[in-house]
Amino acid sequence: MTFKPFAKPFALPASLAASLALLASAGLGPIAGQAQAAGVKVGMITTLSGGGAGLGIDVRDGFMLAIKQSGRNDVEVVIEDDQRKPDVAVQLSDKMIQSEKVDVLTGIIWSNLAMAVVPGAVAQGKFYLSPNAGPSPLAGKGCHANYFNVAWQNDNLHEAAGAYASGAGHKNAFILAPNYPAGTDALAGFKRMYEGELAGEIYTKLGQTDYASEIAQIRASGADSVFFFLPGGMGISFLKQYADSGVGLPVVGPAFSFDQGILQAVGAAALGVKNTSQWSKDLDSAANKAFVDSFQAEYGRLPSLYASQGFDTANLLLSALAKADVSDADAFRAALEAADFASTRGDFAFASNHHPIQDIYVREVVKEGDVFTNKIIGLALEDRSNAYVDDCSM
Amino acid sequence: MSLVLFIEQVLNGLQFGVMLFLMAAGLTLVFGVMGLINLAHGSLYMVGAFAAAATAAATGSFVLALIASLVFAAFAGVLIEVLVIRRLYERDHLDQVLATFALILIFSEGTRWLFGSFPLFLDKPDWLSGTVGLPFGIVYSRYRLAMILVGLAVAVGLFWMIAKTRIGIRIRAGENDREMIAALGVNISLLHTFVFALGAALAGFAGALIGAIQSVQVGMGEPVLILAFVVIVIGGIGSIKGAFVGALLVGLTDTLGRFLLPVLFRLAMEPSAANAVGASLASMSIYLLMAGVLLFRPRGLFASQ
Repeated sequence: MTFKPFAKPFALPASLAASLALLASAGLGPIAGQAQAAGVKVGMITTLSGGGAGLGIDVRDGFMLAIKQSGRNDVEVVIEDDQRKPDVAVQLSDKMIQSEKVDVLTGIIWSNLAMAVVPGAVAQGKFYLSPNAGPSPLAGKGCHANYFNVAWQNDNLHEAAGAYASGAGHKNAFILAPNYPAGTDALAGFKRMYEGELAGEIYTKLGQTDYASEIAQIRASGADSVFFFLPGGMGISFLKQYADSGVGLPVVGPAFSFDQGILQAVGAAALGVKNTSQWSKDLDSAANKAFVDSFQAEYGRLPSLYASQGFDTANLLLSALAKADVSDADAFRAALEAADFASTRGDFAFASNHHPIQDIYVREVVKEGDVFTNKIIGLALEDRSNAYVDDCSM
Repeated sequence: MSLVLFIEQVLNGLQFGVMLFLMAAGLTLVFGVMGLINLAHGSLYMVGAFAAAATAAATGSFVLALIASLVFAAFAGVLIEVLVIRRLYERDHLDQVLATFALILIFSEGTRWLFGSFPLFLDKPDWLSGTVGLPFGIVYSRYRLAMILVGLAVAVGLFWMIAKTRIGIRIRAGENDREMIAALGVNISLLHTFVFALGAALAGFAGALIGAIQSVQVGMGEPVLILAFVVIVIGGIGSIKGAFVGALLVGLTDTLGRFLLPVLFRLAMEPSAANAVGASLASMSIYLLMAGVLLFRPRGLFASQ
């Protein structure tokens, strides 16, 4: 037993390494649902478990609501959970293409997952309709005839925030975003449209939950406003801590941190914050009113930005199906390009690189009764296309 | 960069450190006394935060919410110790890792089933909101200051318990020689359950305190758990003192690294490149610290055995 004291330290690194590997993959659970066969088969890969599940669930619910309302029973949707992991998403797309034989893929929320799945799927002749992620490579040099983004190019809402900040007279903004591709895109997008000076620029750690250090720097920087892109739980943490710090400078951000799903968790700390979005539940159009009412009736909660994007994606697909058969790829593509559907956000058209041309609004967080939600206060960018059209050879 | 900003960042580092200590204390005790790697420790942190959020929503009282976090996390700890963990003490570390990883999945999906996928709301009480003025013109968050004080108080309490009380003597004896104290008539299985429940309660308490300024959501425990492992490896596994020093080191390194490294690189590079490089290096800083410590003290700063 003389070696016993050493047994533990030697065994430990291996076990810890295994622990960390397992932890990195925490998150789980395939959830599948499907309808009967015929017309078109859609494969939806989205995030239904783990930290970002709220987004995927909203996209799925919006999408399925539109399919249900269409009354078509020849649209079969296979839904799988990517657990927010690129490797899982790639496996699912292989499975859907090879064994499920889907015609159209959709559903991915995160840009890094889209970059892993989309190029392979479109190269195999499948159509991909993105209800959310719009990474710049897929809009520029990596654009593809079978790839359509129904939400936005990643930079769009940040550009709108930059335009709004300039218009509102902010001259010395402090900007921050997580240190990953969508974060650098976000700050680049903001700076593209913002005309003032920068009091400071910080890249935070992806998944960071404590912002005391950043807030102290904001306080000391002499800034007159703050722009941040911190999606999901990161934004909740930042806003609560920012409100508590008493810094009190006006805050501008893209809609992702002020989405219907997370506003209730932020609470009063978000009141009055200006955020930019291509959609809002109070947009005054018949299509949007019908969507908001039917979504609430179906699921018992207010729809989010993501739900509207899922709903629009399904309606785009249905509009193309009404005109052409999916087996005739050229006709089907032309039908998609026409974007002949009633979008919840009003006017909607595709630019030549298959990304939306649309208005982007400024919203303010308000309290209606007991519910925190957004109200439109103005237009930030009209008929905004994207900065990558010329890089795309289509 | 002013002195006031620097001191504020040091306070932020301390606050982060004492919260890490609450997590790491349970982890290191459980490892020291039972020889168990408990990956589900992060789930107990989450249980505490959810219990607090649910209680705060039902009663509106933050103090009751904190008590609920302690009670529910300790209860969850006792439950899994009796049902699962107890069977793992004699098995090797990989079996423990596998079983406690399964517990993470069960806790995560169970919580999602009970509370849904959207984050919950938990806020600090009004009497802890806002800022306080400290000497030298420092303005600091009242809640964070309270967290530092509470964390230090818990640390003092733990040291006192381990050093001065009968149960503390048994815990230390259990770390040194399990068979011997069992042979001396100490109910070792009850001691194990107690240590596990204590660690669970501390983790749940940390979850509730931190949940009030961050987001209460499924999977919130795992990133903290990884940091807690770093802390106990630096401090020396099994040592409460090591966990305390390690937690403060990690808290200060992380906070000051994020703050100072970009400033440092800006001296030599253009600002946006400096920010990106500084941020990247800052996110590695605690792992570099761990590697550095292990280079000179392979078993951590205060290894007990």
